[in-house]
Amino acid sequence: MANNKVLFRIQRFDPEKDEKPHDQDFEIELLPGATILKTLHRIRAEQDPTLALRYSCGSAICGSCAMKINGHAILACKTQASECVRDGMVRVAPIGNLKVLRDLVVDIEPFWESLGKVNPYLMPAGEAPDKERAQTPDQFGSIDPSTTCILCAACYSDCNVLGVDPSFLGPASLAKAHRFIFDSRDANDQPRLREISERTGVWDCTHCGECSTRCPTETKPLERIEEIRVQAMADEHHGNAGARHALGFRETVGKRGLLDENWLALRSAGFFNVAGLISLMPVGLRMMMRGKMPPLIPHSIDKADEVKKIFARFEELRK
Amino acid sequence: MKYALYTGCVAKGAARELLTSAQLVCEKLGVELAEMTDAACCGAGVIGEDNPMVADILNARTFSLAEAQGLDIMNICTTCQGVHRKAQRKLEKDPAYMERVNAELQKDTGREYKGTVKIKHFYEVLLQEIGLEKIREKVVRPLQGLKVAPFYGCYALRPPEVNDLEDPDDPNELERLIETLGATPVDYEERLKCCGFPIMMMNRDNSMKLAGNAVAGAKDAGADLIVTPCPLCHLNLDAYQPEIESRVGRKLQMPILHIPQLVAMALGVPKNALRLQTHIVRPTGMLAS
Repeated sequence: MANNKVLFRIQRFDPEKDEKPHDQDFEIELLPGATILKTLHRIRAEQDPTLALRYSCGSAICGSCAMKINGHAILACKTQASECVRDGMVRVAPIGNLKVLRDLVVDIEPFWESLGKVNPYLMPAGEAPDKERAQTPDQFGSIDPSTTCILCAACYSDCNVLGVDPSFLGPASLAKAHRFIFDSRDANDQPRLREISERTGVWDCTHCGECSTRCPTETKPLERIEEIRVQAMADEHHGNAGARHALGFRETVGKRGLLDENWLALRSAGFFNVAGLISLMPVGLRMMMRGKMPPLIPHSIDKADEVKKIFARFEELRK
Repeated sequence: MKYALYTGCVAKGAARELLTSAQLVCEKLGVELAEMTDAACCGAGVIGEDNPMVADILNARTFSLAEAQGLDIMNICTTCQGVHRKAQRKLEKDPAYMERVNAELQKDTGREYKGTVKIKHFYEVLLQEIGLEKIREKVVRPLQGLKVAPFYGCYALRPPEVNDLEDPDDPNELERLIETLGATPVDYEERLKCCGFPIMMMNRDNSMKLAGNAVAGAKDAGADLIVTPCPLCHLNLDAYQPEIESRVGRKLQMPILHIPQLVAMALGVPKNALRLQTHIVRPTGMLAS
């Protein structure tokens, strides 16, 4: 049994005593089948009852026990401790992008505030019916993944954009918006799509994929963000750089098979956006001077006609 | 060993030095390349957000072209690699959808994707197919004393199920390659983060902050240069470095090399063939001599 001893290196912070967080090591024997949460409970029971952490159901339903293990957000109750050992050690820290209150406990308030910004409730048309508003299984199917979110904030923790800009709506809120945009009973989908296409919304996501990688449910926020973008494009919410960027791809790849990077930059900025176009000049000139500018006469692939034909049926395929 | 070389758009446009150096390394290592001059853009995940099926048809077409050549695909851009692998997995997992995509592909081109092609990035071919031992034997100019910070790029890492990394949460593939070339890998917090490129046109502030964190993080960890398997990361970290410097408020002067350029140097490819002078931050010191 002694061979099962590992080191839990836990980030500690007591706002009354510490200026900044510090690590504390706990040696503990890993019990077979024990989760990270169970192991932390044992550390509290056997070694240090002052260790603060959030938890409740222990069954991956309440979403309370998200924390960082070895630098990445996980749900402590859903993760086997034995799978997290690296060189005899498990590093434990609070989730990221939120202020630490004490040890593994963060101030979750900004997460709730962000959710509130997407109007996370049904906005149906007309008077409420006598009975419930029914949905077919197919209709529910389109929102099934986004309804599984348990609001654990693992995605919020590891989102690269939130790391540099707290005003970004973030993956959980965008997935929550998806849940109502695609709800057959909601009548507010177009205003929702319009708002979410603006700054701090879907097009500000970098596609880094952290949210879906860390998500412990089937919500997979990046996939939901992609579905929102597809819908926003289909419903012609084109008055933003993200949509113009996608149109630039459609226009150039659809013609030559290859992307015309020069056109794409101008198209994304917007042809009437003088300030935006001027802001591209320094980098454009710099690249030109170094011979790094993409060719002014863009390349075509061989057999570009095949690609043209595929794009020509674009509208048909969209349906 | 022969591959169908998928160049992608950027290696034909703003990062032509990537294509040149990848071809030179493959020549040195005896890897034959047949450039796929008829393959279309992978869509970079963007066409898939305009019309997912069009993106899948385009990529199925690319896969069918390689199958017709009887070759597996080598990518030199991790974005192309990640998009290809995601598309391939989507088709594999849903045979009915693959049938629909093939039916559309057939209508427009008479082609069919059979599901037999393997897709690998340049560095995966080096690690998995050639092997680091063989590469070590070919190193004629060990990069001794050079501190190299690997920047993986999102598509090389996530989603983990489409990548072949041994430990996607803590990969060491690039570090092992760097060591094989005689250089010293540098560990820094941002090595697995996003470079910000995908939102450069949508939110330049955030894009620059992400890029700034990466370059400053590598600098603070003592790196002489950053190396990346993704030309989009290269562009954001290199072409915008003057803007990054003014935002972080200090000189960084961090060269951002493509993986094939670093390998080529160690294999003794003459430096002037690697077009390092086209970089916005030109390598100095040992890298330039």
